Amino acid sequence: MMKALAMPFRVAADGDRTRQGVVVLLLLAVMLFAACLLSLGIGPTGVGLRDLWTYATGDSASLSTQDRVILEAVRLPRTALGLLVGAGLAVSGAMMQGLFRNPLADPGIVGVTSGAGLAAVAAIVLGNGILAPVAMLLGNQFLPLMAFFGSLFNTWALYIIATRDGRTSTTTLILSGIAIGALSAALMGLLIVMADDRQLRDITFWNLGSLGGATFGRVLSILPFVGAVMVVMPFVARGLDALVLGDAAAFHMGIPVQRLKKIVIVAVAAACGSTVAVAGSIGFVGIVVPHLLRLVMGPSHRFLLPGSALGGGALLLIADSVARTVAAPAELPIGVITALFGAPVFLFLLLGKNGITTRDMP
Amino acid sequence: MISAEHVTVTRSGRKLLDNIGLDLEPGRFTVVIGPNGAGKSTLMKVISGEMKPDIGFVSYHGTSVDLCQPVELAKRRAVLPQATQLAFPFTALEIVRMGAVAQGALNPTEQARQALSRVGLRGFESRPYPSLSGGEQQRVQFARALAQVPQPVADGVPRALFLDEPTASLDLGHQISVLEIARDFANAGGIVLAILHDLNLAAEFADHLVVLNHGRVVAEGACTDTVNDEIIASVYGIAGAVGRLPAAHIPYVLPQSRHR
Repeated sequence: MMKALAMPFRVAADGDRTRQGVVVLLLLAVMLFAACLLSLGIGPTGVGLRDLWTYATGDSASLSTQDRVILEAVRLPRTALGLLVGAGLAVSGAMMQGLFRNPLADPGIVGVTSGAGLAAVAAIVLGNGILAPVAMLLGNQFLPLMAFFGSLFNTWALYIIATRDGRTSTTTLILSGIAIGALSAALMGLLIVMADDRQLRDITFWNLGSLGGATFGRVLSILPFVGAVMVVMPFVARGLDALVLGDAAAFHMGIPVQRLKKIVIVAVAAACGSTVAVAGSIGFVGIVVPHLLRLVMGPSHRFLLPGSALGGGALLLIADSVARTVAAPAELPIGVITALFGAPVFLFLLLGKNGITTRDMP
Repeated sequence: MISAEHVTVTRSGRKLLDNIGLDLEPGRFTVVIGPNGAGKSTLMKVISGEMKPDIGFVSYHGTSVDLCQPVELAKRRAVLPQATQLAFPFTALEIVRMGAVAQGALNPTEQARQALSRVGLRGFESRPYPSLSGGEQQRVQFARALAQVPQPVADGVPRALFLDEPTASLDLGHQISVLEIARDFANAGGIVLAILHDLNLAAEFADHLVVLNHGRVVAEGACTDTVNDEIIASVYGIAGAVGRLPAAHIPYVLPQSRHR
């Protein structure tokens, strides 16, 4: 079992996994589509497939007014948000693992999410105070933009601390990630002490980590960030592949290594920061999705990055559907669901052959 | 021609390279030898454009390496590094294809296959790189370098192969095979620069031998001028070893090319 999970699922006999990659991408697209239907259809008032179809083909009268309001005002934004958040989380995880050359690098585990969280709390608490002019100016984008800079700062700090001569040891990565995360949490605590009642309520709601309360406003506020990362993906894929062989080898193969790293760090921060801003911290998506995909399509970022976007969206929509229904009418925080199956995968990776080994021990 | 002039690299107050001048001419197999810490790998990093010297400069066919974009350099020279470990299970074919893609090959997969069979690894295409032995990994990397510069001369410009200890983890037969491929590359008009530790291999394959010690070129020229008792004793501290047979009861095997 351990071995089956660690080794590639199946490699074509000629060693070329291009077709495998394309097939898996198509399957993931179908899966994502099905997850969207599930997310739109499931809930206290079920909207059937046929209802969705007639609605989509323009016959809006086929649904009762109540169903239509639920679909348009609640489920559509929620589904769109889940799709963007899942895609953003999974892609930021995959990129980060490529950047650090380490399958354990996950924004949630190494403190990048905490950086976004700290900045988001700062935005809520100081948004009426010293940051009020900025908040006024940026409007809807204020929270995601702050979270972006928060995670950018932590990613950069982590990279500088944990990387020596272009190499990142798992131990240093995880430990410095914990330290950076703890520092961010402490600063967050300080801000919370300063917060008034209304701000506290805002922070609590934000911190629950949920897709509940999704609006098209939120969808639009993170769309530019996640969209920009999707646009960047094909341009960094070859570079991240080459980087797996090391900084020097990547340079020898014509990759402008420093520029690539800067772009990837900004992209990770954009995807991670903006999703944290709208959905709180949802853990493990960034580690589970890329890991499972590497098993079925290989580690090449040409397929891994788009695959992570599709798979991450699908996974989060499924997790959200489960969170909404399993304890209905109550709603489980989605972070609980993702952690339930994400944490074991992380442990498995940590103990596996690419995780902490005796070589890493000081 | 690739030239290094007055190259000096200082780290922590120590001169790793001290005013080195070196010309790599097309059609010539240049080998650098020298003890540990002599600056061999540093020299290769400077010449490949990976490291900037504190003083001096490197030029490719008259153009300073600083003015070349990484992507242009990649088409002119390929580098075989010392042992490379991967965190992700790419297949041998996928690794070699990266070299072909760097060259801008129209059909990188096909070129990668050809490069793999040139180093005797046909049938290894689908093997995950981490599962290969050290020597097999080294040959996959060599195939990657070959896929990056498949033609010794392209568009009238000679291409270069830089090999940092290409024989390090190879058995005797494969040591010879790898160096023979490199020699063919040089004979066809390409530029080859290799760092070797085995003086017998160096003497056999080098058209031009450079002896490096404490960051300086101690001797340079044909192997008959450079591998002699005086130089070997001063650089390695082993006197009288050149051309001396081991004691009669010790069998010895010298690596020798199959072509002669």
